[in-house]
Amino acid sequence: MKSYNGKMLSWELREGVLELELHRPPCNEMGAGMLAEVEKFVEALSAKASEARAVVVYSSLAAGFSAGADLRELYQRMQGAPREKWLAGERAFLERVHRAMNALDAAPVPTVAAVHGVVFGGGFELALACDLIIADKTARFCFPELRLGLIPGFGGIPRLKRDVGNAVVRDLLLTGRSLNAQKAQAVGIVSQVVGEGEALRVARGTAAQILKFDAETAATAKQFLKPIPHEELKREVELFCELLTRPAVQAGLKKFVESTEAMPYLP
Amino acid sequence: MNASERTLEEILKLAAEHFQVPREKLSPDDDFFEKLGINSLQALELLTRLENHFSVELPDYELQGVTDFRTLAERIQSRL
Repeated sequence: MKSYNGKMLSWELREGVLELELHRPPCNEMGAGMLAEVEKFVEALSAKASEARAVVVYSSLAAGFSAGADLRELYQRMQGAPREKWLAGERAFLERVHRAMNALDAAPVPTVAAVHGVVFGGGFELALACDLIIADKTARFCFPELRLGLIPGFGGIPRLKRDVGNAVVRDLLLTGRSLNAQKAQAVGIVSQVVGEGEALRVARGTAAQILKFDAETAATAKQFLKPIPHEELKREVELFCELLTRPAVQAGLKKFVESTEAMPYLP
Repeated sequence: MNASERTLEEILKLAAEHFQVPREKLSPDDDFFEKLGINSLQALELLTRLENHFSVELPDYELQGVTDFRTLAERIQSRL
């Protein structure tokens, strides 16, 4: 499928580059609807007939790239159902997210995330599944999950560990602080920092550069350089599900849902 | 004007420009959430602009509870 216009995302093949645009207000929160469309995208990308030789992922929303998982939806799913039932549902949801993220991570073509503004939680995890991150100077990267009594659940820790030193991972996880684009570049998360509003343009230029090289060689290089940390990813799902049942998490999610702040998970 | 006062003045100027408020309407002891009418997302935008402008790194948790320009300037000055 060369183009798709969905409720939460769209894509279009432009001169060999498959551009994925995220556009679910307020900030591309990832719930069941978004996941279903991401799965469609991954299917289109993986199709043998796909003519894509590179991928660019970006958000057309002013707030940022993505604020991560839809926590309101998560909280609602947990209400009124027996624990075993909702926990099984959450595990199944996470496993679907992981399949989609792993497919993007292992896509046989180079992938570029063009990010700005909020790049939090699952949004950060989506960017980390891409091969390169190009950030405009408004971008902020954060794993706020520990504030809710959780760990990142969309593959964030294993992917971040793959890319940067463990000290950086601990700093981000254990303090829940956010990093600006320059700092994210300094620690090795971001490949290029560009001016405000320039990330997509630069990502397109980067994709055009990638297209100059032999596609098979690029795929081989990527497979060699970027192994998928399958065992750690499975362990992450287990730990996330264990933590999810704790009363502190329920309380944290309730506080989040009842907050009137625009972005209540921010410090 | 000493270094701290210069930092404070630059913050007020930056905030006024970014949120399109006349500079003369902002005072050092103003609650910037109230005065600028911003939420926590916009406060994060301001933090990013301040970090970029002053070339400093300000962990979010150091700013918890900081609501006025003067204290914000002190936190930034401590990292310059």
